[in-house]
Amino acid sequence: MSREDVLVTADWAEENLGTAGVVFVEVDEDTSAYDGGHIPGAVKIDWKTELQDPVRRDFVDRAGFEKLLSAKGISNSDRVVLYGGNNNWFAAYAYWYFKLYGHDQVQLLDGGRKKWELDGRPLSKDTVTREETTYSATEQDTAIRAFRDEVVEAINGKNLVDVRSPDEFSGKLLAPAHLPQEQAQRAGHIPTAINVPWSKAANEDGTFKSADDLRELYKAAGIDESKATIAYCRIGERSSHTWFALHELLGYSDVKNYDGSWTEYGSLVGVPVEIGPGAH
Amino acid sequence: MSDGCGAPEQTAALPAGIDLAKEIVLGGKVTVDGAPVGGAFVRLLDASGEFTAEVVSSQDGDFRFFAAPGRWTVRALHRSGNGEASVTADGPGLHPVAVAVG
Repeated sequence: MSREDVLVTADWAEENLGTAGVVFVEVDEDTSAYDGGHIPGAVKIDWKTELQDPVRRDFVDRAGFEKLLSAKGISNSDRVVLYGGNNNWFAAYAYWYFKLYGHDQVQLLDGGRKKWELDGRPLSKDTVTREETTYSATEQDTAIRAFRDEVVEAINGKNLVDVRSPDEFSGKLLAPAHLPQEQAQRAGHIPTAINVPWSKAANEDGTFKSADDLRELYKAAGIDESKATIAYCRIGERSSHTWFALHELLGYSDVKNYDGSWTEYGSLVGVPVEIGPGAH
Repeated sequence: MSDGCGAPEQTAALPAGIDLAKEIVLGGKVTVDGAPVGGAFVRLLDASGEFTAEVVSSQDGDFRFFAAPGRWTVRALHRSGNGEASVTADGPGLHPVAVAVG
């Protein structure tokens, strides 16, 4: 897989704003950014209220995903270009959902909202409506989704890549530094995990680093390319960003995102937890 | 607080429930030619220059981070230019830091 298959540049995006069959979708945790100005023609998906189950801690199910995409006016044959704030974290999470539910024609806008804004490209406040479709999703492809039991089994076996900041990894902080820290769970990381913060995969403007730089980064951090890999963070969206780098940009074949991530693992009874900078 | 990892709304007033006797808060404004500027991408870098967190400044230019003790650099990116400033936080409380870009 090449970079062009999974990423579009801001230049390409701006040239293809009105292209039939291309749907731009902004994905954010807080959609006020979209409401204040979005890429012309883009529809929005609210990560929290539209992609998460409102009651259980899980995603929308297959029927829910079909209903959502139908309502957004996205059809199975559309080429979907996802972008968002937070260096594309939630866009990368949505990308992973689209793959999970079998939508192959999906790409990320390299650099997301940040590069778009820093470049001074056009933003629109116009309401976007697309005709409803009848979208059909596949069953979840669990080849790219890890659950807690296989994460525990992966200790000392698979590559575990903790993509949180070093202070979260070592147990000094329980959340990224822009969020308050009060939370009832254990701090630290999964034993044998390596710490490669998601941000190392991105340039300052939010674009992904080159494949050569990424490969060097993960190998230097101790990833074993002959082994399967599970990426995790706190709630699974930063690790979607790294999953994208490992699976989509580097083409590693067996990479899963553990969306339960530290908020699940760090609350499990009886599992091993390591604190400090780690031995790996 | 947000239960996600996304950047919460940036305001000059601290959100309810933040205990400055316990939390280390780094906060301030981004300015262009002395005037507050919203929509800047404000990045918190640790003592080694490593990225730690990023928020977008509010319409009034405000930003805020919750950090561990140490020396930090706050770097802001904006259409009009970039800028950075350093701050050292020894303990809990609000540690002001101002960043001029352009």
